[in-house]
Amino acid sequence: MQLTLHIWRQKSAGARGKMATYQVDANEHMSFLEMLDVLNEQLISSGQDPVAFDHDCREGICGSCGFMINGIAHGPQRGTTVCQLHMRHFKAGDELWLEPWRASAFPVVKDLVVNRSAFDRIIQAGGFITAPTGNAVDGNTIPVAKKYADRSMDAAACIGCGACVAACPNASASLFTGAKISHLGLLPQGQPERMERALNMVGQTQEEGFGNCGNIGECEAVCPKSIRLEVIAGMNLDYLKASVVWRPAGEESGAG
Amino acid sequence: MATTTVSLQRTARFYDSTIGKKAVMAITGLMLFGFVLIHLLGNLQLFLPLDASGRYPIDIYAEKLQHLGGLLWIARGILLGAVILHIWSSISLARTQMKARPTGYSKKDNAHSSYASRTMWISGPIIACFLIYHLLHFTGGQVHPDFQPGNVYHNVVRGFQQWPAALFYIVGMLLLGGHLEHGFWSLFQSLGVSHPRYTPILKMGAKAFATLIVVGNISMPVSVLLGIVK
Repeated sequence: MQLTLHIWRQKSAGARGKMATYQVDANEHMSFLEMLDVLNEQLISSGQDPVAFDHDCREGICGSCGFMINGIAHGPQRGTTVCQLHMRHFKAGDELWLEPWRASAFPVVKDLVVNRSAFDRIIQAGGFITAPTGNAVDGNTIPVAKKYADRSMDAAACIGCGACVAACPNASASLFTGAKISHLGLLPQGQPERMERALNMVGQTQEEGFGNCGNIGECEAVCPKSIRLEVIAGMNLDYLKASVVWRPAGEESGAG
Repeated sequence: MATTTVSLQRTARFYDSTIGKKAVMAITGLMLFGFVLIHLLGNLQLFLPLDASGRYPIDIYAEKLQHLGGLLWIARGILLGAVILHIWSSISLARTQMKARPTGYSKKDNAHSSYASRTMWISGPIIACFLIYHLLHFTGGQVHPDFQPGNVYHNVVRGFQQWPAALFYIVGMLLLGGHLEHGFWSLFQSLGVSHPRYTPILKMGAKAFATLIVVGNISMPVSVLLGIVK
């Protein structure tokens, strides 16, 4: 199948980028990234610079890959990363526009690769949980009701790919931060630092220059792990509660 | 003394955050929604016939409101405060958003979101302009062709007999409908209330309320234009 690709080419972070057009002959059994591999082989053999794109596991679990295909993060298939999107979802003669995630907090490194260190710093701001270390404890030492374990796991499925930010008209990272906050907030192990975690992670998200949530729902629709908007409400509730009840250290009565 | 400083800082920090600003928008939005609903119920008295004393019920209602005196001004003050906080927060959030994505996409598609949710940024300012016009039209009378203080029935009918004014009201209400359709469920999400069972009901409720507000308010200029109310 013959395809026309319009791809964002940008040599380096500071360089000016532009869209460039390529022709590629793909096979319907290829994944989208394999199709780009074919294009890159053509480019290399004709002495041109190959298209840079992030990828690692190519099985949809690492969160490395992702870019916009025709204006939709990770392309037209729901609940899938771009490495698990196969060319059978396209037809011969299709024209596709590939662009990197766009957000001031995600500066372009090269072509379709963006720097997502902002997400790492948000995770760091979340800090630690006071789980016992040393020997592994018995599996059910701390009972967790299945419904909470399931919801926590749903939130923990976030792979930090950044599609939520890319799809959001406000470039908000609320779905990401909400998933991280809900994932620990739903478990007993996450309770001791719950308030601080909400304040710090929300604060860091804002520090990184992400926009606010408008409850529009574009993030939920493109999330390769189908994380629900509900986690954002969970984050809002924790943050609102924390901003009222949280006390800095040293505000204890001193009676103890 | 120390406690005051801490709580002030806390309020300032809270409002620094986008979640805090959204919470302010949610609460003020809910207040304004309540106002719009009560305002509609009051206005629908336009359709009631002359009473025994030969006066229109809507004129009597307006007179009662005016006689509330201080209470009326307290209510107006609260509403004005809510409007200012709602707009101020939205401008501040809009500035954050513009900084968050300086370069747009050359091609962008919408995977899910509703038209109303994506146009809040434009329906809001138009509704604000409409509100100013509406106050100068029916409350102050500055832009009204034949304004008679206290004579509400007359003012409404004469006002809407000018079709451009009636048209602006209809357009304004359609935009308000969209704004409420997204705003009414979205405010619960902003305040941290989301539930797989209740959120879909809230969304349907938002549609129903928005439709009620739009149909109810538009019925007045339309009835005047068609000569049903004269």
